[in-house]
Amino acid sequence: EGGGTRFGLGREALPEEVAAWDVDVTPDGTGLPEGSGDVMTGEEVFVEKCAVCHGDFAEGVGNWPKLAGGDGTLDNADPVKTVGSYWPYLSTVWDYVHRSMPFGNAQSLTADEVYAITAYILYSNFLVEDDFVLSRENFTEIEMPNRDGFFVDDRPQTEYAQWRTEPCMENCKDSVEITMRATVLDVTPDDPSGDAPLTETEAAVATPVVE
Amino acid sequence: MTKDKNGASRRQFLTSAAALGAGAVAAGAARAAAPDPLITEVQPWASGFGDPVDAHPYGTPIRFEDDVIRRNVEWLTADTISSINFTPIHALDGTITPQGCAFERHHSGAIELAKPDFRLMINGLVDRPLVFTYEDLERFPRENHVYFLECAANTGMEWAGAQLNGAQFTHGMIHNMEYTGVPLRTLLQEAGLDAAGDLADKWIYVEGADASSNGRSIPMDKALDDVLVAFKANGEALRKEHGYPVRLVVPGWEGNMWVKWLRRIEVMDRPVESREETSKYTDVMADGSARKWTWVMDAKSVVTSPSPQSPITHGPGPLVITGMAWSGHGRITRVDVSTDGGKTWQPARLAKDGENKALTRFYLDTDWDGSEMLLQSRAIDETGYVQPTKAQLREVRGLNSVYHNNCIQTWHVTPDGKAENVEVS
Repeated sequence: EGGGTRFGLGREALPEEVAAWDVDVTPDGTGLPEGSGDVMTGEEVFVEKCAVCHGDFAEGVGNWPKLAGGDGTLDNADPVKTVGSYWPYLSTVWDYVHRSMPFGNAQSLTADEVYAITAYILYSNFLVEDDFVLSRENFTEIEMPNRDGFFVDDRPQTEYAQWRTEPCMENCKDSVEITMRATVLDVTPDDPSGDAPLTETEAAVATPVVE
Repeated sequence: MTKDKNGASRRQFLTSAAALGAGAVAAGAARAAAPDPLITEVQPWASGFGDPVDAHPYGTPIRFEDDVIRRNVEWLTADTISSINFTPIHALDGTITPQGCAFERHHSGAIELAKPDFRLMINGLVDRPLVFTYEDLERFPRENHVYFLECAANTGMEWAGAQLNGAQFTHGMIHNMEYTGVPLRTLLQEAGLDAAGDLADKWIYVEGADASSNGRSIPMDKALDDVLVAFKANGEALRKEHGYPVRLVVPGWEGNMWVKWLRRIEVMDRPVESREETSKYTDVMADGSARKWTWVMDAKSVVTSPSPQSPITHGPGPLVITGMAWSGHGRITRVDVSTDGGKTWQPARLAKDGENKALTRFYLDTDWDGSEMLLQSRAIDETGYVQPTKAQLREVRGLNSVYHNNCIQTWHVTPDGKAENVEVS
């Protein structure tokens, strides 16, 4: 359906409005604003605005995400997926930090601060030296270690073809053994009355978004 | 006859207690030991008043159903703002999920966005970038469709083993609602797609108004097919936690793409490769490589009762085994049930014909002899795809793909009627 009906609803978006909301950055750097930031500045900003959750060295605090480390662990029993070990594109780091971090105070960082933080995350992952300056001009020169680690959904070839068969209805197995039990782990929440519901104080932990 | 506020008199309480003790093992049409005072004595509700019609302008479930609520699992996430809760599917029947207990998944909390403050922008490779108000959206021709929304991570905690003991926790990141909205196609045509040229290699990028944004890339052919911009669910406005006033509905595809508090749709000549389609919602295989853009949710089913949170309390005899099945590829055509851990199977009865990309309710009306069961269900969709076992999935994917676990679930039912989440050989 190409040329559908026009209803004449809505109004033309103004350039300022598009600029305010269209801030996505694609892997080739399209969408990056002017600006730059170095590792040392990044460290200062990171320690001030990020380290409380992500650690001074981007190593993560408690259950909060690790942003560095985990190199070579993707095929391990317990893979550690970080910016350095897993993320394919640096553009995603810039875009996500700029748009959605710090958690609870998103969209409070300047473009230069985001460049500096991104540089510091690269440094924390041993991908640049401590005098590195990241800018729009050199941004696409950075190649992430796991950039080739992804492939497009291949279930049609690897799964659907072999699982679209008439299934067994009788004598499908000789014997059945129970091999695992959830109650052994015992990590399921108990009766609702035993759980503390989300309280006002818990909900208030996140800083209100600064408009 | 005067009654206290809570009804039963002391004499009545004593007689019912006696009757209960005597009739505990009653089965079939056995004769009662004594007349039932609930019948032989006039109850307060049959004598006095109930609530007036002005007591509850918007009602909630009766207090006896207090356990039919969303639950969360604290240890799953670092906090409860970017987190998940679970639909009480073990206690529901039919297919439509009540909105008030339909699961939530937020990345920066459930935001409050009033209709007057809502704006939807369409920009990028369009003939004219547009801004719509909420009122504008209600003036486009509407459609109604029932669809399931399943989180990509539903059953994800079960990859490594049997972990959580209840269908609510193993399979409750799902809901099924009737949506009213405008086809996305209509809005894209309003902005005009001539500027986009050949649509075959084009994408849209969608994002929400919340801090997390939850931006995702969607290929244009899906956008023009059955994606809805929805403002009503189950007849009323979306709940705040489900994206009020407007969300994206992406039939059959992983829940993460159903962007809530929708604010912008950009037509692009490439995917963005945003955080939610690189760091997250990519599926690590055994060799460390990862699948990306695993959009479709494959055929899946689960027995909701009996299940760990819904044990058999009535003893041997007639037993209704029930559950739900769904597929992102289209309609469920058949559900098989096994009571012996997959040695033998029998087709269940579908409550009605499977609907496209929506939940289907199934029943197996059985006569339980009181012996232990290893209950399983196995869904088959219109493409002929048969829901796999966990072993089949692990063979292809390993143990660390996190998402898209649509394996056959086993409940071990013991002679006392209790059920446990287990894995079997």
